Amino acid sequence: MAIKDLPDTECVIPGSAACPGCPATLGLRLVFKALGKNSIMVVPACCTAVIESLYPNTSFDIPVMNIAFEAAAAGASGVEAALRQQGKGDTTVVAWAGDGGTYDIGIQALSGALERNTNFIYICYNNQIYSNTGIQRSGATPYAAWTTTTVGGKTEFRKEMGEIIQAHHIPYVAQACVAYPEDLYKKVKKAKSMKGPKYIEILAPCPPGWRFGMEKTVEMGTLAVETGAWALYEYENDKMSFNGKSKLILEGKIKRKPVEEWIKYQGRFGHLFKPEKDVKRIKEIEDHIYQMWERYRSCYL
Amino acid sequence: MKYTRDPELIRKVLGKKVQFILGDMACVYGGILAGCSFFGGYPITPASEVAEGMARMLPRVKGTYMQMEDEIGSIAAVIGAAWGGAKSMTATSGPGFSLMMENYGYAVMTETPCVIVNVQRTGPSTGQPTLGAQGDMMQAKWGTHGDFEAIAFAPSTVQECIDFTLEAFNLAEKYRTPVCVMADGEIGHLRERVIIPDEKDLKLIERAPATIDKKKFIPFTNSQTRKSKVPDFPTFGTGYRTYVTGLTHNEKGFPATDKQKDHEKLVKRITSKISDDADKLVMVEEINLDDAEIAFVTYGATARPAESAMEMGRKKGIKIGLLRLKLAWPFPEKVIHKLAKEVDKIIVPEMNLGQIVHPVREYVNGECEVVSAPKIGGEMHLPNELFKYLEGK
Repeated sequence: MAIKDLPDTECVIPGSAACPGCPATLGLRLVFKALGKNSIMVVPACCTAVIESLYPNTSFDIPVMNIAFEAAAAGASGVEAALRQQGKGDTTVVAWAGDGGTYDIGIQALSGALERNTNFIYICYNNQIYSNTGIQRSGATPYAAWTTTTVGGKTEFRKEMGEIIQAHHIPYVAQACVAYPEDLYKKVKKAKSMKGPKYIEILAPCPPGWRFGMEKTVEMGTLAVETGAWALYEYENDKMSFNGKSKLILEGKIKRKPVEEWIKYQGRFGHLFKPEKDVKRIKEIEDHIYQMWERYRSCYL
Repeated sequence: MKYTRDPELIRKVLGKKVQFILGDMACVYGGILAGCSFFGGYPITPASEVAEGMARMLPRVKGTYMQMEDEIGSIAAVIGAAWGGAKSMTATSGPGFSLMMENYGYAVMTETPCVIVNVQRTGPSTGQPTLGAQGDMMQAKWGTHGDFEAIAFAPSTVQECIDFTLEAFNLAEKYRTPVCVMADGEIGHLRERVIIPDEKDLKLIERAPATIDKKKFIPFTNSQTRKSKVPDFPTFGTGYRTYVTGLTHNEKGFPATDKQKDHEKLVKRITSKISDDADKLVMVEEINLDDAEIAFVTYGATARPAESAMEMGRKKGIKIGLLRLKLAWPFPEKVIHKLAKEVDKIIVPEMNLGQIVHPVREYVNGECEVVSAPKIGGEMHLPNELFKYLEGK
């Protein structure tokens, strides 16, 4: 499928308050091209809750419940149950949350909904920070990245949410990135066709949060995948498969670019390059990515 | 990295004596001056700057900033840190304050000293995150289940954010209880000139540690070394046997969940250790009350337009005064009752639909007229709006 073949459907209509180059709005448009209008969305506190509902309008063309920070998956569970009672099981219930609302405050509700086998799609758009409150660290923030609460760079590595979700053995888990729209579209489409809980995580490079130019959103996504900092994969009924460039990296058909190629464009890693290059920490980031891929290879190749 | 309160280092980190800073930042300063060495944080508007400030400054005084996974985690870590021996605090706003309520009660029940800064925004629920309100005043008093006595400050200036956060630590340590600093979004996001108090002017109250013979130590009873209903604190790791539980417990700290007498004794002690001192705890500012026929009773940001309205009234010859509650809880019952006998009318402006007006009415007890002057929606009262109340609306 090519980009030109994506449907014209738009559930996210113009007029949002998103920053220029916002990956969340880009991701949302693609997601709803795949889901269509027979969808109900549950959104916890996150950028989307604010930017897509600029007083006195909203830019959503579907019903949306903007719920408390910790509650997206639980709220979606209730919506799904009530729709099912009324014989409206064909409506897609989708929770759309940021990484703070997924990795941190929302993980309890999410894990519960997955364990209860809730028929819904949970989408995490991961920009690796609490962006809505002004760029604080989250469980998804990578090692050494600056945020307003990790001023010298984060001292811990991000957690692997995808693998935590896989441990729930739900029908479908996928990682995608806004830089690969066809891949994302296909994954959402596939999730929609399946029963039970589905989890898709979209890497969403955030220009103000990561401190790069607003014209570079897609480039930052592409480089995240090409350096192996982010992997595109699907975990379908306990079977793992990698997609696109991530597949080629896994199989050794292409070589991962050094992570420096990705982080050097991002001001949040600026302290690793100025006043002098922090070779040690850059290597630690690189080593961490290397270990992740070694783990992938030992498990899935 | 071992933390000991180092006045010189603190001054070095805080910088110049006179500064122009944000209210949220002033809460950071107050905490650091008090010797806070642990902050459990979670981002929430309009309190995020407290966490951000602590993240920057606390490590520099050898303290620990720990960002938690949510506000439940924040308050729980703060309680844990207190038992580990640190002075600890967190900061949040309405939705986070709601999430903290269970552990707020846990801190009350386990007599854990800690400080919660609540930079109030409008509610219910998500409300208006960037706009100030005073809608959580009753939540501080009644928000957690069961009987308890709250201690809660209400700063009206950025300077008071420093002073009251520091004083909140003092009262938390003195009474071994969680203390709230009920700031509001207006004060939290206001920049003003502040003067950092000199070390010699600080009056710091430290928690009374358990010192008696370990075999004779009883953890949850009147102090065994002082005349106080507040027990001596057996910091974890000091060798005093401690079992800390939110269950009703007897003097020894053991669960006594089916004993009416133990429950009554415990809860009456942890409430009366504060209510016995209610008169001592009164902190109010009185302006022009000597000849006043009408009085504003107000607090927090709202006191500022109320003061302007009072000045407008005075210029027109209206005998109006103002009573500002610096400490909202425990409520200054006797002060209000005395005032009610001296004036004809009390007007209570608040950025909510009327909360503190209720205890005002209770303690006025029919002695004068009480008028609520509410305003919600994230905008402060304008002085001329309040002036209209003086003219009888």
